[in-house]
Amino acid sequence: MPSVKIPRKSTDVDMTPFVDVAFLILTFFIMATKFKPPEPVEVTTPKSVSTKELEDRNAVLITIDKDSKVYFTANAQKDLNVLSELAGYVSSTRTLGLTDAEKQNYKKTPLVGVPFSQLKQFLDLPPEKQKEVKQDGIPMDTTGGELTYWIQAAQSAFKGSQLWYMIKGDNNSKYPAFKMVIEALKKNDVYKYNLITAPEDAPPGTELYKERRKIS
Amino acid sequence: MASIDTGGGDSGHKKGPGVKKAKKLSTRVDMTPMVDLGFLLITFFIFTTTMSSPKALNLNMPKDTNKEEELNKAKESGALTILLGKDNHVYYYEGQLLPDGSNFKSTNFLGIRDEIINKRNEVIKNHVHDANCPKIWAENKGDKNSCLDRDLVVVIKPDQDATYKNTVDILDEMTINNVKRYAMVDITPQEYEVVQATEGGK
Repeated sequence: MPSVKIPRKSTDVDMTPFVDVAFLILTFFIMATKFKPPEPVEVTTPKSVSTKELEDRNAVLITIDKDSKVYFTANAQKDLNVLSELAGYVSSTRTLGLTDAEKQNYKKTPLVGVPFSQLKQFLDLPPEKQKEVKQDGIPMDTTGGELTYWIQAAQSAFKGSQLWYMIKGDNNSKYPAFKMVIEALKKNDVYKYNLITAPEDAPPGTELYKERRKIS
Repeated sequence: MASIDTGGGDSGHKKGPGVKKAKKLSTRVDMTPMVDLGFLLITFFIFTTTMSSPKALNLNMPKDTNKEEELNKAKESGALTILLGKDNHVYYYEGQLLPDGSNFKSTNFLGIRDEIINKRNEVIKNHVHDANCPKIWAENKGDKNSCLDRDLVVVIKPDQDATYKNTVDILDEMTINNVKRYAMVDITPQEYEVVQATEGGK
């Protein structure tokens, strides 16, 4: 019997459509997402079903990291001079003797986590060097600790305008740290604040789930 | 779309008599490394960018002076106390904590939702109709439960070993189950003892 010749087909796959798809996905990612801002302190926030967006306003951000250390940041929307005023207030009330240069430097400082006693040396460093310093957090105690004075300074520097208070806590930070932060806020007559969380869907079958489906 | 056509791959040409014909070289480019590069870049972007922006969970705390009165006003029958212990343990009891601890129960974060729902349904069932209800129903677009669950108060007491995540999860449960009245207060020494005793036994 004559052997039937099986027609051989090439097994080389043409890769060009793959490249097209890959670059299309890449373009999507470049356009639709934003780079995560580099934070001096990495915090993993818990998830919550809340849908309230963060607003771009004058705000005070209190960060609690996984070792329950507390850090303070003030975000000024328009006028950054408010931040040097804040540093000035802290300097005069706690008699730290900050120079003008140090107060100006505070404008560029993303986040503060040192006790008042070390603040002067900390602000002497330029922002790049500040990142290398291991900040051990603002000293806290059950009556609010040094954070109370920071919040007071923020309130006086941002005089008049409505200040937003945000707390960004890590999943593993302990409740007492959170309680001390709330004490510091209570000392300054602040009872409304916002906890920063990652988004999460309402679990199916629950009241909230039904409510959200009704509205949409 | 993208393709590199070599038109036969004829890159040789006659140099002259006596010279060997140049080998025909293919100009087809192998695209495999470019695919690898593309996917590497995609992976880089996936890891360094964020698509979901963080959300804000609102929290209002009462002023210290009013706290005690608020708690006492709450009817015992509608009160559910949730205690948060270490390692994601959740304990709860209804009404007042009995001296022998017999109404002290333990659960986890999945079970507590069922408990809250049960308690809420119980309160709604037992609610005595009062004159304010029609007004509240009108305000809440006819939601019949909005007046009936007024007696439900959930008191959240995290102890010193509870994590921030536990606290936020419980506050989330309040929103998920539509509990309108809740408070976060300190755990009392007696309650802490009961929690320690239960955890010590495990």
